[in-house]
Amino acid sequence: MLSIKNIHASIEGKEILKGLSLDVKAGEVHAIMGPNGSGKSTLASVLAGREEYEVTEGTIDFGGKELLELSPEERAKEGLFLAFQYPVEIPGVSTTNFIKAALNEKRKYQGLEPLDAASFLKLLKDKAALLELDKSLLSRSLNEGFSGGEKKRNEIFQMAVLDPKLTILDETDSGLDIDALRIVAKGVNTLRNESHAIIVITHYQRLLNYLQPDFVHVLMNGRIVKSGGKELALELEEKGYDFIKEEMQESLTA
Amino acid sequence: MSDEMQLLEERVNREYEFGFTTDIETDTIPKGLNEDVVRLISKKKNEPEWLLEWRLKAFRHWQTLKMPKWAHLKYPEIDFQDIIYYAAPKTNKVKPDSLDEVDPELLKTFEKLGISLKEQKRLTGVAVDVVMDSVSVATTFQSQLAEKGIIFCSMSEAIQKHPDLVRKYLGTVVPMTDNFFAALNSAVFSDGSFCYIPKGVRCPMELSTYFRINQENSGQFERTLIVAEDGAYVSYLEGCTAPRRDENQLHAAIVEILAGDEAEVKYSTVQNWYPGDENGVGGVYNFVTKRGLCRGHHSKISWTQVETGSAITWKYPSVILKGDYSIGEFYSVALTTGAQQADTGTKMQHIGKNTRSRIVSKGISAGKSQNSYRGLVHVAKGAENTRNFSQCDSLLLGDKCGAHTFPYIESRNNTAIVEHEATTSKIGEDQLFYCEQRGLDAEKAVALIVTGFAKEVMNNLPMEFAVEAQKLLAVSLEGSVG
Repeated sequence: MLSIKNIHASIEGKEILKGLSLDVKAGEVHAIMGPNGSGKSTLASVLAGREEYEVTEGTIDFGGKELLELSPEERAKEGLFLAFQYPVEIPGVSTTNFIKAALNEKRKYQGLEPLDAASFLKLLKDKAALLELDKSLLSRSLNEGFSGGEKKRNEIFQMAVLDPKLTILDETDSGLDIDALRIVAKGVNTLRNESHAIIVITHYQRLLNYLQPDFVHVLMNGRIVKSGGKELALELEEKGYDFIKEEMQESLTA
Repeated sequence: MSDEMQLLEERVNREYEFGFTTDIETDTIPKGLNEDVVRLISKKKNEPEWLLEWRLKAFRHWQTLKMPKWAHLKYPEIDFQDIIYYAAPKTNKVKPDSLDEVDPELLKTFEKLGISLKEQKRLTGVAVDVVMDSVSVATTFQSQLAEKGIIFCSMSEAIQKHPDLVRKYLGTVVPMTDNFFAALNSAVFSDGSFCYIPKGVRCPMELSTYFRINQENSGQFERTLIVAEDGAYVSYLEGCTAPRRDENQLHAAIVEILAGDEAEVKYSTVQNWYPGDENGVGGVYNFVTKRGLCRGHHSKISWTQVETGSAITWKYPSVILKGDYSIGEFYSVALTTGAQQADTGTKMQHIGKNTRSRIVSKGISAGKSQNSYRGLVHVAKGAENTRNFSQCDSLLLGDKCGAHTFPYIESRNNTAIVEHEATTSKIGEDQLFYCEQRGLDAEKAVALIVTGFAKEVMNNLPMEFAVEAQKLLAVSLEGSVG
């Protein structure tokens, strides 16, 4: 579904990703871990198409299309969803209206009619229940005055409604207390299925306890330096990133 | 700067949807303004002597005045001798009694503007008076309204049929000496709407006037007078468009509203005069005086305006809160794009006791436009327990436009509570990107964000109008975003 080959990306002339490659198949959950400044959020931004990041080399195949040639909104309509680390506020636009606009744009792209009001409301209700999202939040302005936990749940809620092929969770666990974390994880798990791939970008192991990724990758200095199963995350939690640095040193000197 | 923001900058040359002209024979008088022209207008309208005298007095006063210069607006000197002061569609020398007699070309014009003059409009419950250039060409639903004692007709008709009412109220809220443009209007006003709601009557439908400038080089000087007697209620709508022309056209209107004891008047405007092109060529100069007088106790006057058109807007719909416990409201959305300039706001004059006013102004600037809010809250000495709340928010799209706020507060009574809040924000790239990541392109994203920004004002428009106004905002933004 997603095949990243040798991506180099920079911002303001500074290279952050230095030859990153990654293959993600439908139904898989990949965790990307790494110390601060390793390029995790840059990866999320490059995939979603943020303009400030310049891709200087490499290709990204997304479901048979070259992702880098698509605009951010086309990527979204092709089924790429980014759960933002810092969701923005849009005063005066209710969550319901916002998501309705987004959903109908996507449906239009797929050649479908806009969803009728009854089906749309039912969809919202079901997904809100899944995320234990207070229904009053839906009629409030998007993210305005939401708590950190509410904002993150709202991201997963939007994911649930938009039903993407590929979701990138960009540090969705940051700033969440343990209850919110559990709810978010439960939401993500429910939406885990054979046609939905998920990339989880995180600093910590704790979200992975709930999500049980199929693969864990360590990103360092703009490249994936180590990949493994979920046990790798536990090892990182225990030993920190230093042990990988040491391993790398050894392999260099060996 | 990202590509979106650049596009947003570049594509400020939007298309103006209503820029067509109607090919119709017009009865015009030569350009220029002098006492003879004033006499001629009065004669063409078959006016009583007192009104001619009134006009002449206004004209003489106008000659002593200079154009106001205090607004945050830049425009060349207006040559008042280079304007046609009277233009009327020729087919309409005598106003037709029924719509069947209206020139089909005219009906087509208004059809094109989305205004059906056929009385099927009944279904939507809106009565319309239509003014093209200097004259009213049709008024619908007059008979139904008359059953309730409501008078809704063009000003010319009112002068003929209800001269006593006109004489009693004309110029009582906006005196002819009020300002430069008010004096000019008083001298040369051509038509407009007159509306009288008798005591205790709640007007069963929305009343609306639609203004259209068609004739080249002509000015439009309409005058609207709304009188709501004690306990009456009326909701009034006003819409305007003009053809696309390279010359500037002058529009200097007056609206006067009087509200008696416990009467309520709600006045909504969607102003979409031709704004000129992106370089500021052409467009309507809109210098308007609108004022309401809450003369009775517990009366209420509420202005709601959505301003998207005109090259220059100079407009301050105001309320004089004379009656005790009266309420004045001003809700405004002003959107400027291209080279448009708007200096708009309100005046709330608190005179009675326990009077309240509320001001909500939302300015949106794009392109190279300049958008200013100017407002005065005045509390007179005897206005005990006055309350005012003002909120002025500005939203900037791009970095070549300007937003300005000039709030003035004068309080002569220490029991008054006057609050003012103001914010200025820019549509952030983060907001745009967030919307794009959800599948909305930049244009839709901006329209959504702007709609959200203007929501509090839009909510005050009558339902049907709100939908129109929202579309208009989106259309006006088209091309001003990438």
